[in-house]
Amino acid sequence: MEQRCAQVLNEALLEIFERRDDVYLLGEDVLDPYGGAFKVTQGLSTRFPDRVLTTPISEASLFGVAAGMALRGYRPILEIMFGDFVALGFDQIVNGIGKFREMFDDQVTLPLVVRTPMGGRRGYGPTHSQSLEKLLLGVPGITVVAASECHDLRALLSEAVDDDEPVFFVENKLMYGRTQRRPENGYVDGLRCVESDGRYPSLTFSGSDAGGGSATLATYGGMLPIVLEAATRLILEHELFTEVVVLGRLHPLELEPVLESVARTGALVTVEEGTRTGGVGAEIAARVQEAAWDDLHRPIERVAARDGIIPAARTLEDAMLPGVDDVVAAVMAVEGVRG
Amino acid sequence: MTATEQLYERMYFIRRFEETLLDLFSAGKLVGTTHTYIGQEANATGIIAHLDPDRDVVFSNHRCHGHYLAFTDDAYGLLCEVMGRADGVCGGKGGSQHLCNGNFYSNGVLGSIVPVATGIALAERERGAGAVTIAFLGDGTLGQGVVYESLNLASLWSLPILFVLENNFYAQSTPSALQIAGDITARAEAFGIETAHLDTTDVAVVEREAAQVVQRVRDTGRPFFLVIDTYRFSPHSKGDDIRDPAEIEERRELDPLLVAGARLDEATRGSLERACEERLAEVVDRALAAEAA
Repeated sequence: MEQRCAQVLNEALLEIFERRDDVYLLGEDVLDPYGGAFKVTQGLSTRFPDRVLTTPISEASLFGVAAGMALRGYRPILEIMFGDFVALGFDQIVNGIGKFREMFDDQVTLPLVVRTPMGGRRGYGPTHSQSLEKLLLGVPGITVVAASECHDLRALLSEAVDDDEPVFFVENKLMYGRTQRRPENGYVDGLRCVESDGRYPSLTFSGSDAGGGSATLATYGGMLPIVLEAATRLILEHELFTEVVVLGRLHPLELEPVLESVARTGALVTVEEGTRTGGVGAEIAARVQEAAWDDLHRPIERVAARDGIIPAARTLEDAMLPGVDDVVAAVMAVEGVRG
Repeated sequence: MTATEQLYERMYFIRRFEETLLDLFSAGKLVGTTHTYIGQEANATGIIAHLDPDRDVVFSNHRCHGHYLAFTDDAYGLLCEVMGRADGVCGGKGGSQHLCNGNFYSNGVLGSIVPVATGIALAERERGAGAVTIAFLGDGTLGQGVVYESLNLASLWSLPILFVLENNFYAQSTPSALQIAGDITARAEAFGIETAHLDTTDVAVVEREAAQVVQRVRDTGRPFFLVIDTYRFSPHSKGDDIRDPAEIEERRELDPLLVAGARLDEATRGSLERACEERLAEVVDRALAAEAA
């Protein structure tokens, strides 16, 4: 049955609440009938009124409140309405959530989940459109998971809640309204799709059954449909085959699927919606050249947003954020082909 | 031992522990930092006397040694922690400001602890075992916005949490006049939180008031905001004091050890102090001999 990603996440939450009574959800405007700004919590407060807490607009404290609950054996899920607002919680993230377990010598665990949507392309402007995962990548002691429309979202969220580490579960605003597309007989839209093992699997797509090709495209989250479209266009218009690795866990970075793919393709293009400097792509590039220098036959290319704001006007936003053309151009550059 | 003797002994031990830390620093046997509690011992001692360490929770701040000793009595684990020894309560990873032992926690960023303590109180409310959570704040913490978010949450959600504001009139080197506007208790009252204000260094007074306040939080399940005007004789950290020495000397007349000690006869006091000194010496010897982390 075709389901929108927001609906899948919603059903996952209901199942998780049914399955565990130590799970609480805190967030702004999460109660019915509103059910959260993106409706992911719809119905939850009606079914579990005692465990769904609507909160004041106090993100800076709510990260700490979730940490306090987790320190005392509960498993809070904190919904942060826009990923941009994670910035308000950084003291708690850096000086508390990421540190407690190790600095208290493993006497405590922090099994909390922060769910938040990142991403633009909706005209929300500079403070409601960002992809700030890279800021979280620099924080030791937290796990950053990137959901995509081809992931098993139900399992992914469930695993995050069962995880004893603090998990930042990054969703995407455009993903909410899109259909979850799971591989059928190993294929999604004609591309072969292989899922890695582990709690937060990565997905490797390839245009040819033999695998390999001109380059590996490493991406995550909301960039998946754009990169897959680029991969398809490269085949149809340029006869260039690529592999696309959609990372499930950005931090600690699950590099293995990228390395395996680079061993086959000999080239790497990283693709992210966030700004370029100090980005996810930079980290992937550094690690791949450390681990697989001999496999790389071309310099690594990064596709990312320009270092600036995301303008509100849709035309300006489109010019700012990386799109299909940018991905195609990067692969062409790697190929040494001028398109 | 009478209650008066117990309170005095606890305060005396905390005082001598902290003085010993400063001595060890001066002797180069300690590195890093410490924020001593010297002069404020009546607060930790009088309040924590009413907690059940197996049920209640304390979240303390950078100036946490007094609270830790009053709650856990784990002098060896604390000294090893501050000295970077493997036997430290956090294996030497936390150091002076970052402690965890059972239901005791501390963290070193001002204000940062208040939301976490609020979350702990929420968890304990849900557990329903009647636990009281205490967050220890200082006047310097009042500059942090999350304090007010947390006061709002604690009142809104009816959380069994006692905020203890130890007002020593200085945020590091900055006097209250340069960093606090308006009235401190009024800030909590604005959120519909009951408050009490003590201006005392008498542990007997703190202890009496705390008995009622802790019970009130337990009975009502509501937050409470207790302000205690106090004073620290030692620098904010080590050797960074720019206060007028005359002001410090004047406050020494209200030293909680003098106030409480005056109620004991000399022989009793001497014997309590000797016992503390012996215990402390043994703790120091063991910690000095302990393996590095």
